[in-house]
Amino acid sequence: MATTSTQPVFIALQANNDTMPIIEAIRQDNPNAVVHDYPAMVKIDCPGRLVIRRETVEEHLGREFDLREIQVNMISIAGNVDESEDEFVLEWRSA
Amino acid sequence: MAAEGNSKPAKKLSLKENYALLTRGLGWEPSYEKKEDIFRYISFEGVKIHDWDKWEDPFRLTMDAYWKYQGEKERKLYAIVDAFQQHNGQFNVTDARYVQALKLFINGITELEYDSHRGFNILAREFPGVGPRIAAQMQSLDELRHATTQIHTISQYAKYFTGMNEFPYQFDRVWYLSIPKSFFEDAVTSGPFEFIVAISFAFEYVLTNLAFMPWMSGAAFNGDMATVSFGFSAQSDEARHMTLGIEVIKFLLEQDPGNVPLVQKWIDKWFWRGYRLLSLLATMMDYMLPKRVMAWNEAWEIYYEQNGGALFADLARYGIKPPKRAPETIAEKGHVAHQMWSVFYGVRDAVGFQTWLPSDEEMAWMSEKYPDTFDKYYRPRYEYWKSLEAAGTPFKNATLPQLCQVCQWPCLFTESGDPTTLSLRESEYQGQTFHTCSDGCKDIFDDTPEKYVHAWLPVHQIYQGNCFLPGVDPTAPDFNPMYEALRYMGIKPGIDGGDYKGSADATNWENWTSRPANIHEGAYTDAVRDTANPADASARKTS
Ligand SMILES: [Fe+2]
Ligand SMILES: [Fe+2]
Repeated sequence: MATTSTQPVFIALQANNDTMPIIEAIRQDNPNAVVHDYPAMVKIDCPGRLVIRRETVEEHLGREFDLREIQVNMISIAGNVDESEDEFVLEWRSA
Repeated sequence: MAAEGNSKPAKKLSLKENYALLTRGLGWEPSYEKKEDIFRYISFEGVKIHDWDKWEDPFRLTMDAYWKYQGEKERKLYAIVDAFQQHNGQFNVTDARYVQALKLFINGITELEYDSHRGFNILAREFPGVGPRIAAQMQSLDELRHATTQIHTISQYAKYFTGMNEFPYQFDRVWYLSIPKSFFEDAVTSGPFEFIVAISFAFEYVLTNLAFMPWMSGAAFNGDMATVSFGFSAQSDEARHMTLGIEVIKFLLEQDPGNVPLVQKWIDKWFWRGYRLLSLLATMMDYMLPKRVMAWNEAWEIYYEQNGGALFADLARYGIKPPKRAPETIAEKGHVAHQMWSVFYGVRDAVGFQTWLPSDEEMAWMSEKYPDTFDKYYRPRYEYWKSLEAAGTPFKNATLPQLCQVCQWPCLFTESGDPTTLSLRESEYQGQTFHTCSDGCKDIFDDTPEKYVHAWLPVHQIYQGNCFLPGVDPTAPDFNPMYEALRYMGIKPGIDGGDYKGSADATNWENWTSRPANIHEGAYTDAVRDTANPADASARKTS
């Protein structure tokens, strides 16, 4: 579902070995995402909508991945969440 | 809609089906008790809920997954805590000024985790809907985990540094710890809907990023492996809690248009209360991190102005407006850290952590970060106080401050738009005058004065003689009220607070680490010189 909002959503993850393939998958699936590196933390902003796709994470990780595993390394999020087996979506609806 | 039976092997359920069975399938309608007798507190606030099944929990975390991932988080965290303790990690932080911030954490914040555990326990009992009840139950367990992991982690620091070994006792007695205590107790004693809007939405969703993102990242930057690890471990739960916060708001707003003004009032109130509480962080970030990642005003811009802006744009479709007092928080962002540190410095003999005047290096950083405010209003003050210290007549404030009846901060804040005039407000209630620090706190008082007239204001209590240990005789010739009040609060006068230079923490730091207790000022004692100049050290050893 497309959103017309350009307000920034974000996800912040711990900077560690578990999250490297997730961050790579986010970059690949969200061309507008901007990745900020902070001490111990990576914050990824994206206008309107950000998606994490299970299949893309699995490609980078080289094994099966349950999107709920993200919760172990997630620091914060902004945006409405919608989660299924295949996608974890953050989204603002209004402009 | 329960499962059909156990006869045929179950096909693997989708996440949504699995969660629906947990939250709807396991609930039941009462048959021999009236609903209103079971859920006693659900109606008195005036919130109208027509269909609890409309509740959507986006994370759809089932119990098996909850325990699995929480267990994984705990194993990761305790592996790090063990490594930290085994390797004397407490000596790897930048300097012992940083540790003073941990004293605020263990004495003033960890107890809020426990209070939050209690609050969500109440919700887990009182909400009629199964979805929100399970979410509240999980959060209640999470908050208990946060309290225990913080206590375990910081206990290693408590073995080496002052001021951290009496935290539950201090939380109930220390004058400035009534700020966080009264905040959470105000929330817990509200109705269930006000509590969840206050904590899950206004506090966790809108404000706690400031505590756990820039501050924890700053802790990492200063080498505190332990605090970062519990901070980020807690925050991984918090991301789920924040989502509960935004779901609650949408649910309330969609259930009945009559809920909109109630929700707006609670957002306005709890945004302001949360902001006042968290402005302590402004000082922790700008003054107590020896190496800094981000200034408070930058953090406020990113985490409130930008992210809060996006959030309230999204909620506009329900008729929700940004918090009423948000403009004041933006106007104050260049002042609040400096005003607060000045007050703590002035009353340093009456607090449980040590203070210092910012070094030249730190003031240069503040001039750069706060070009409109620091050089004009705060640098001259610090330079004057430095000259008094140099002359051997340091500035001290021996009187206790006027407290705000609502937020319980000293009335230390200035008028928005006039940083040379203190902001003071008064309200009359039943023939008495009550003082507040700001329009935001006055709004809250005036809306529910009968709640805030009961506030236990520590400074009033001290002056009324209610804060002395048993056996203390105020008529004795050598009676020292300040000394006795500190003893009552669990603060060791002359040890836990006061000037950082010359304190037990600073001196021990140099003895134990051979590194300066203040990286910006050079060594305070001879213990450092040995390693700073190896030639000196070997010369001394051979002579
Ligand atoms: Fe917590
Ligand atoms: Fe106040």
